[in-house]
Amino acid sequence: MSNKTQGGRATILGWIRGSLDRGELSAEQRAAIDSRLANPRRNLIPARAQVDHAAQVELFLEYLGAANGTFTRVAAEADAPKALSEYLSSQNLPQRVAMAPDAWLQGLPWEKGAPLLERRAGPARPEDQVGVTGALAGIAETGTLMLVSGPDSPSTLTMLPETHVVVLRASQIIGAMEDGWDALRKREGQGKMPRTAIFITGPSRTGDIEMHMYLGAHGPRRLHVIFIDES
Amino acid sequence: MPETAPNVGLLVTCLVDLFRPSVGFAAVKLLEDAGCRVEAPRAQTCCGQPAYNSGDKRDAKALARNVIDAFADFDYVVVPSGSCAGMVRKHYPALLADDAKYADKARDLAARTHELMAFLVDVRGVEKSDARYEGTVAYHDSCSSLRELGVHDQPRRLLRTVAGLNLVEVPDGEVCCGFGGIFALKYGDISGEIVRKKADAIESTGADTVCAADLGCLLNIAGRLQREGSGIKVRHVAEILAGMTELPPIAEGRR
Amino acid sequence: MQPTSANFIANARDAIADDNLQLAIARVGENFGAKRQQAVDKLPEFDALCGRAVEIKDDVLAHLDYYLEVYERAVTASGGHVHWCATVEEACETVLRLCRSVDAKTVTKGKSMIGEEMEINPYLERHGIEPIETDLGEYIIQLAGEPPSHIIAPAVHKTKEQVTDLFHEHHRKFGKTERLTEGEDLVAEARELLRGKYLAADVGITGANFLIAETGSSIIVTNEGNGDLTQMLPKMHIVLASLEKVVPTLEDAATLLRLLARSASGQEMSSYTTLSTGPRRADDPDGPGEYHVVLLDNGRSELLGGEFQDILRCIRCGACYNHCPVYTSVGGHAYGWVYGGPMGAVLTPALIGLAEARHLPSATPFCGRCEEVCPMQIPLPKMMRHWREQSFQRRLTPGRERLAVALWAWFARRPALYHLGARFAIGWLFRRARGRGHMRKVPFMRGWTLTRDLPAPEGGTFQQQWRRRKRA
Ligand code: SF4
Repeated sequence: MSNKTQGGRATILGWIRGSLDRGELSAEQRAAIDSRLANPRRNLIPARAQVDHAAQVELFLEYLGAANGTFTRVAAEADAPKALSEYLSSQNLPQRVAMAPDAWLQGLPWEKGAPLLERRAGPARPEDQVGVTGALAGIAETGTLMLVSGPDSPSTLTMLPETHVVVLRASQIIGAMEDGWDALRKREGQGKMPRTAIFITGPSRTGDIEMHMYLGAHGPRRLHVIFIDES
Repeated sequence: MPETAPNVGLLVTCLVDLFRPSVGFAAVKLLEDAGCRVEAPRAQTCCGQPAYNSGDKRDAKALARNVIDAFADFDYVVVPSGSCAGMVRKHYPALLADDAKYADKARDLAARTHELMAFLVDVRGVEKSDARYEGTVAYHDSCSSLRELGVHDQPRRLLRTVAGLNLVEVPDGEVCCGFGGIFALKYGDISGEIVRKKADAIESTGADTVCAADLGCLLNIAGRLQREGSGIKVRHVAEILAGMTELPPIAEGRR
Repeated sequence: MQPTSANFIANARDAIADDNLQLAIARVGENFGAKRQQAVDKLPEFDALCGRAVEIKDDVLAHLDYYLEVYERAVTASGGHVHWCATVEEACETVLRLCRSVDAKTVTKGKSMIGEEMEINPYLERHGIEPIETDLGEYIIQLAGEPPSHIIAPAVHKTKEQVTDLFHEHHRKFGKTERLTEGEDLVAEARELLRGKYLAADVGITGANFLIAETGSSIIVTNEGNGDLTQMLPKMHIVLASLEKVVPTLEDAATLLRLLARSASGQEMSSYTTLSTGPRRADDPDGPGEYHVVLLDNGRSELLGGEFQDILRCIRCGACYNHCPVYTSVGGHAYGWVYGGPMGAVLTPALIGLAEARHLPSATPFCGRCEEVCPMQIPLPKMMRHWREQSFQRRLTPGRERLAVALWAWFARRPALYHLGARFAIGWLFRRARGRGHMRKVPFMRGWTLTRDLPAPEGGTFQQQWRRRKRA
């Protein structure tokens, strides 16, 4: 495979340079691009994302709702299990969830707040009806949840079950996607990424039949956030 | 006429010359009322859009040079058509950019050239029309006026001052009427479908008259309305503003 | 797909006569058009973002060779592979080889226009591999055996009744015999059946909206989540992407993403924006074991440095389609190949040849709305004009049209003769109308008079009357 691939690369790069009427970039030009990539600069960030944190929280919840997401707002971490249990009841869903093997999430007082809830930790299985995860951040600008894959965060949980519940703390709300990149770079190192980083804005939907919007096309039909005000 | 009256060359446009000379005379009246001295040089024929839009760049350049020469001596060149004004203002400089003798002249002409409505309001500061027109009138924006030249408010401002005239907006007014010059001949089915929708939109306003600042759009819209047997009258906006409406509307016979 | 762009005129006529199609495409303009405007109005920085996005892409295109090299290094560093393919043949062979390396029987597919260019589905079928489209729209048209008719709403030309019939016919073999007529039920049935396919597939193929040089990531943007299931469940994830999709940094991607969904469907963000970087990591509990990017040129490198370079800025949002009076009259299939609308009118001649596609850039009234709504500020009308000029120069424009223009121009360059000729011609037309004000038929003007009357001239030319007035 590699021979042809090599040939393909040289050929295509040659065509590009030919069309641009130049040879390879000079060392200085390459250095300039390298430095642009090594020190990523923010472009314009909409003013609406650059408000104080309390306003960002309200904006996040507003846009989450506009994108057909729902939320329960609770005062403290200890209230989250009960909120999940109640949400499941309200949607006529069983008290059975697949949950990310995330230490913080698993460490919430489940037995106390939701004694009937069955939890299995790990990636989603086809029969799972509800997936529960944390998130890296919530983006105020568009009501978007940012999740990244990793040992404690299987990506199938966000997509395979019909209902996706995200437990999020107010302190995780950021203004814009760019703040998310910063957080990620701090975690992974410059230029590195986890296998999957997903930005979720509302539940799955399709407009493919006569442009009418139906929720739950392939991914979750419901996206619910348990929002904890105090972290 | 006062000494300071600017010399205005009227770029009549080939469609007005051939199909509706009255529009030219209405433009002359509006310009004279606005204190201009008007001449329509005989050396003009067409701005060259048919060649330019067919991909015939050589002929388009030749016709552009002809227009440039014909209008070399005027303070302003005024055009009762958005698309021909757009051709001179936006396309001549690009078309002749590599022409050693004409590149500068093309830029100079572009700077002196104005669409009629924009010239009256923006350059001459005309604020009102003395005309009277009884009726509900829809104004259709031509694509060139709207998008190439940014003309939108000027004709509306003047129309609102016409006594007896009730101005209404066409829904989806920024959509093209489907004229496009040779496009209407070469791709008649598509052009016809686009103008069918435009005619529906105009009819939905309940207007009894539709006007525009481009004869191309007007011939197209009038032709379609006439085919449908609609009673809506079609006129160039200059005819209404100049109070020159004795002539039957476009596509209608003499009664 | 054998192009039928040369038959554009006949295709368009059929499309205009198709009432179902007309209903369907009317929805495109109404829905996407209005929603885009609302979304743009809600973001005061929209225009400024467009300006910045243009700078980003122009920088990429000017240094495309180096950005691609850097991108490949980043993909390799994260454990993935880039396969450089000059032609669709090479790209198809590469995909097949990759599929065979994991003994693939079925392949799920997210929406990919590059896949359409490659005609990857029939190719895989010919080689014994079953490709399954998972985007609901793509799935519908795969059942119907049709190409997409809109870049972000591929099955927009299908009515609900037609979807009912297709599902009824094709789902019987899965034991689904009920004839579903409600949209909800149709979506649910497709969801259920495709579930099984995702889980069974050996390879998942997706497109890419962007490739990121900084990190070696590919980005897909979907509303359904089908692309995510396609790429996370099988053993291997293959990305089909063309060269110009690369952007420098994550920040640059964020800027472009702010424009994409708003321009496309008027959403602030699509439901899912997903970055994939390499295969699953050693300690990841799920995800694909292999990650491959098939990087296709297919004529794009030739567009660099020339009058068509700017079309490579395109982010495939489809706004130009939704606002085009031609597209919203004839729909996507009339264009006869993968891309339609103003973007297709510019790109298609470059990819399949002007001889086949010369009508597409000619069949527009130059209304300029495409350029106005294009977030990447691509001068689409100007480029259509360039194609017309090439068409004229290369004598692809038919002889009679060239002759007509030449004859008219010959007169127009000679004012005295022109004015004389004009008087005669207009006098003839005037007499023909016999005072009726309009004509239903005029020689050589069938294109016009098919659907509308020709208004009669007023009588006499302006120049004639002006001279009379001056003498008086
Ligand atoms: S040409 Fe512009 S408007 Fe059309 S799809 Fe591309 S980016 Fe969108």
